Amino acid sequence: MAERSFAREVRDLRLGAGQEFHGEGILAITKALLQCGVGYVAGYQGAPISHLMDVLADAQDILGELGVHFETSANEGAAAATLAASVPYPIRGAVTWKSTAGTNVASDALSNLASGGVTGGALIIIGEDYGEGSSIMQERSHAFAMKSQIWLLDPRPNLPSIVKAVEDGFELSEASNTPVMLEVRIRACHVHGSFVAKDNQKPAFPISEALASPRRNVDRIVLPPASFDHEQDKIKRRWPAAIDFIKQRRLNEIFADGEQDVGIIMQGGMYNSVIRALQLNGLADVYGESRVPLYVLNVTYPLVEDEITDFCRSKRSVLIVEEGQPEFLEQNIRSILHKAKLTTTIRGKDILPMAGEYTGGVVLDGVRRFIEDEAGHLLVGSEVAQRVAAMREIPEVKALAGVVPPRPPGFCTGCPERPIFSAMALVEKELGQHHISCDIGCHLFSVLPPFNLGATTMGYGLGQSSAAAFNVPGEKRAISMMGDGGFWHNGLASGIGNAVFNKADNVILVVDNHYAAATGGQDVLSSRASNPSRSTNNTIERAVRGVGVKWVKHIKRTYDVARMRDTLKEALTTLQKGPKLIVASSECMLNKQRREKPLFNRAVKDGKRMVREKFGVDEDVCTGDHACIRLSGCPSLSMKVSDDPLKEDPVAHVESSCVGCGNCGEVAEAVVLCPSFYRADVIYNPTKGDRFMARVRAGVIGYLQRRRAARRVVFA
Amino acid sequence: MDSASALAGAPVADLQKPICIAIHAMGGQGGGVLADWIVALAEDNGWVAQSTSVPGVAQRTGATIYYIEMLPARLGGNRGAPVLALTPVPGEVDVVIAAELMEAGRAIQRNFVTPENTTLIASSHRSYAVVEKIVPGNGIANAEQVLEAGRKAAKRFLYFDMAAEAERNNSVISAVLLGALAGAEVLPFDRGAFEATIRKGGVGVETSLRAFAGGYGRIRQPPPAADVAKPLPALPQNSGHTALDRLLDRVRQELPEPAHAMVFAGLRRVVDFQDVAYGGEYLDRLAAVATLDRAGRGFPLTVEAARQVAVAMCYDDVIRVADLKTRASRFDRVRGEVDAAPDQLVYMTEFMHPRIEEVCGTLPAALGRAIENTPWLFKALGRIVDRGRRVKTGTVGWFLVLYVLAGMQRFRRSTLRHGEETAHIAAWLDLVRTMAARNYDLAVEIVKCRRLVKGYSDTHARGLGKFDRVVAAAQCLADRPDAADWVRRLRDAALLDEEGKALDGALKTVASL
Repeated sequence: MAERSFAREVRDLRLGAGQEFHGEGILAITKALLQCGVGYVAGYQGAPISHLMDVLADAQDILGELGVHFETSANEGAAAATLAASVPYPIRGAVTWKSTAGTNVASDALSNLASGGVTGGALIIIGEDYGEGSSIMQERSHAFAMKSQIWLLDPRPNLPSIVKAVEDGFELSEASNTPVMLEVRIRACHVHGSFVAKDNQKPAFPISEALASPRRNVDRIVLPPASFDHEQDKIKRRWPAAIDFIKQRRLNEIFADGEQDVGIIMQGGMYNSVIRALQLNGLADVYGESRVPLYVLNVTYPLVEDEITDFCRSKRSVLIVEEGQPEFLEQNIRSILHKAKLTTTIRGKDILPMAGEYTGGVVLDGVRRFIEDEAGHLLVGSEVAQRVAAMREIPEVKALAGVVPPRPPGFCTGCPERPIFSAMALVEKELGQHHISCDIGCHLFSVLPPFNLGATTMGYGLGQSSAAAFNVPGEKRAISMMGDGGFWHNGLASGIGNAVFNKADNVILVVDNHYAAATGGQDVLSSRASNPSRSTNNTIERAVRGVGVKWVKHIKRTYDVARMRDTLKEALTTLQKGPKLIVASSECMLNKQRREKPLFNRAVKDGKRMVREKFGVDEDVCTGDHACIRLSGCPSLSMKVSDDPLKEDPVAHVESSCVGCGNCGEVAEAVVLCPSFYRADVIYNPTKGDRFMARVRAGVIGYLQRRRAARRVVFA
Repeated sequence: MDSASALAGAPVADLQKPICIAIHAMGGQGGGVLADWIVALAEDNGWVAQSTSVPGVAQRTGATIYYIEMLPARLGGNRGAPVLALTPVPGEVDVVIAAELMEAGRAIQRNFVTPENTTLIASSHRSYAVVEKIVPGNGIANAEQVLEAGRKAAKRFLYFDMAAEAERNNSVISAVLLGALAGAEVLPFDRGAFEATIRKGGVGVETSLRAFAGGYGRIRQPPPAADVAKPLPALPQNSGHTALDRLLDRVRQELPEPAHAMVFAGLRRVVDFQDVAYGGEYLDRLAAVATLDRAGRGFPLTVEAARQVAVAMCYDDVIRVADLKTRASRFDRVRGEVDAAPDQLVYMTEFMHPRIEEVCGTLPAALGRAIENTPWLFKALGRIVDRGRRVKTGTVGWFLVLYVLAGMQRFRRSTLRHGEETAHIAAWLDLVRTMAARNYDLAVEIVKCRRLVKGYSDTHARGLGKFDRVVAAAQCLADRPDAADWVRRLRDAALLDEEGKALDGALKTVASL
């Protein structure tokens, strides 16, 4: 279980009809699932949908009462496969993950699912990790919907619309026997808003009933000749059924039609930005009252041809606001208009950027251009554009380009992964550079300064697989990284099992921080905590020995930099053949602090003897060369400008946020850096024995200090 | 009827705009808490508010942004909820809150701050980015430039060191920022409403309220004056000790007045390092430099030499480190740094890793050199010595070890290390003397190059290497009128990265001249 409590969020899941829910978009979706009588939920955590998984993991009581099964999937492929339960049974099921990274992994199962089709509503909640704050490759989930004939919802980014999309999604899925994707962007997942709740529903068809009386339908299985029928069924029956449903239920929305002979078509997710852009041009108010006709695609796949032609027929020109590339919607709409022989001008990616996030400023510029070009008579002076233009010209603002330093994410204070890379940097100094294949996870921060270690990253759990080509006799061995998250996601089988099978000679470093830390500190099989609803403490070491790795070293305290360095060196130089695997274990500091800090404070309050460790730098010993920082990058290991006029460069300084992990001291010791680091052990509530010893020590030491000070001839 | 007149009859679009607030922070600073407070504040006071953020891995200690929009809820209207934006529009942000100075700079760069409508509230403290910290020299970004840009770019620019205020109240910066937001009076809610929101949150209420009050009060005062370099302490009239007074007299008689403050800083360090006689040697060296100096220029050669010669003479040997680690003042300083309460005990553990090189350096020159020149012995002894040692300075046994080491100061002049350092200083100052006659500005730059020699073990060796290369290049350039500029550039380059890549590049350029 993540070391963070979601008790308040869990409470909100119990809200009944008429009560107002206040919270994040992704939690509104979680609540909506229960309101829709979902039978099971599965998924793989990752921003921006982690909270859906976290909250349900903590909501075992409610799920038990409703009879809903919650599955923590091994990966997104496993999550998608879970939807198989909705193939023969009328059970509503939902799965979730970060997209497109997760959808890539899920594709195999999704294609099989979509081919045979579903009986119960199958909803795939996609956290579209695109634009600012994203940690993955910038792609669109749209293509997955198109290739597999899965319907794609992209609701307006407010809580009532998102909740309605969940309800519509299940019904659309059932009406057309097709899985439905619900795409929610990062900011919509984290938008704070409210909606009026409904009562939770028990699943109409409980899973236990399916187990009791199993059903099968061989026509739904992807095997010839059924697979050929599936394709025909998708086009001839499911597609028209979906179109009918979308039209009848008016899932797409039209506003202010007839106001002008120009209009805007947009993805639902772009609606708020478009309204703001119109408002800043005097063409809408903050309540969404627009003077320009709007066609809002809450369903972005499939498009409803009649609705498109009806909307465009009365317009000279239409702007399409479509985020991401390629411009699937624009191509599709152009084709529809062409077939209908309509001459409406289509503007879109010619005045809006082809690639990149459509932020407020981008949409404002595009809409402004559209009005200028196509509806000049509506144009009123815009102060915003002038303001921003003038601002860009201020010399002091221009000068900031060379001043403000980049601040990418990095390892947290006290992170147990830092010493691993400190050690690796030391090994590289000795044995030269190596090819290092990275993986997905916090450890990927190694590619940034100060470590600058790592050449590629090919996907979650694929660290070793991406070093597979480097399995030839040579001077040096390749190193691959993998986190415990990636290890259980698929790395054990695809990376490590196959390294054994192919007799790889690489060095594999598994970073075991006791959690899937990068996604929010969720438990995995090898987590150390005892979790009442999951089996933990299944060690990585046993797993890798189980698949046949012979050379395994387990480092149980990553902060031991010297040992880490020596073990790496040994792995790189040993004559033994086969993969050399090092498990480097220490708990994620973020989660450790969340757990231990309150315990420490309580113990101190209760009068117990407690020791707090903190590191420091003796300013007068430090020469300001920052060698220690180059082997650490810890946020707490910073600098300060010395008061000593003889020290021109800032000296190292440990901030009060230090958690005493020990990395500074270990590195200083291992590398012979400098003797300026010290660890201070602060004893809270010292015992009588402590105080006695302290008095004795202070007596002797104080005498010697006074003696020497008295003999010193120095300026005061 | 043309379109324009058709519009004349249409309902006038409501010109009401939401208040837009962007929070620029670093992951872990509590920006989310601040955003939640502001949303709760608005909602509790009958407003509609929406916030968005982009958490996730991208947030781990990196720059991140929270965005809030709010406007009064409509009473009796049937027009539903307002449509609020999820991303800020450049030029349309009313309040930018920056939890660190460079993040304020980033907000300005992203055009979220405009002179017409933006109140910029920033903490002026610095939390250095990795790229600033890894520079071997001084990589700190210029804060004054950000402050200057803020003054030009914002309608109102309010700032002070909120991290210090938070620490003073044993609280977090988000509470101080909320206080500053209240104090800036940019939102239509009074102080009581803000405080009620904190109370309602129920977590750490008292400390948060104290920090809030600190922020509220301080933001209403004028921003702090720019940091000016602390003036050096002046040369005192007398020291209360006759031997030291003689040194002070010498300073006054033999060295130019503009250099006195720096000379005193150096003299104090040198005497502290060794003894009064060593102070005399320091003045001898400076006096020799001063004879070459030029009054018309403000004696830069002497001033710079006063700094660099002192640092060079106070090299960091085992004796020095042991001395600094065992002083009573250091014990007190550590207690202060870890914020220990009077009833708490503090013990230090030092992380030391003396190598055989350091041991030889501390031996009498002949013996030390003999060992260094006997590879098998050097190696064998190295195996015994060369390991990390955790020294518990607060215990009697370990303290005695360091105390005795520090006491070896009386033998320092005969050690191998002392001989080497002295020779290096002599060669360097000889070069300075030669150059001073030939190219005065270049001589000043060569003095300054001593800054490259710093650190311990490998770092020290690399620094010495850089120094040698820059000084060698300086000699080749001696006859060029712009030699000083080139050497300054070389020195700056040498301080940019550890391996000396920038220096390599710069040296290539110099070689092509």
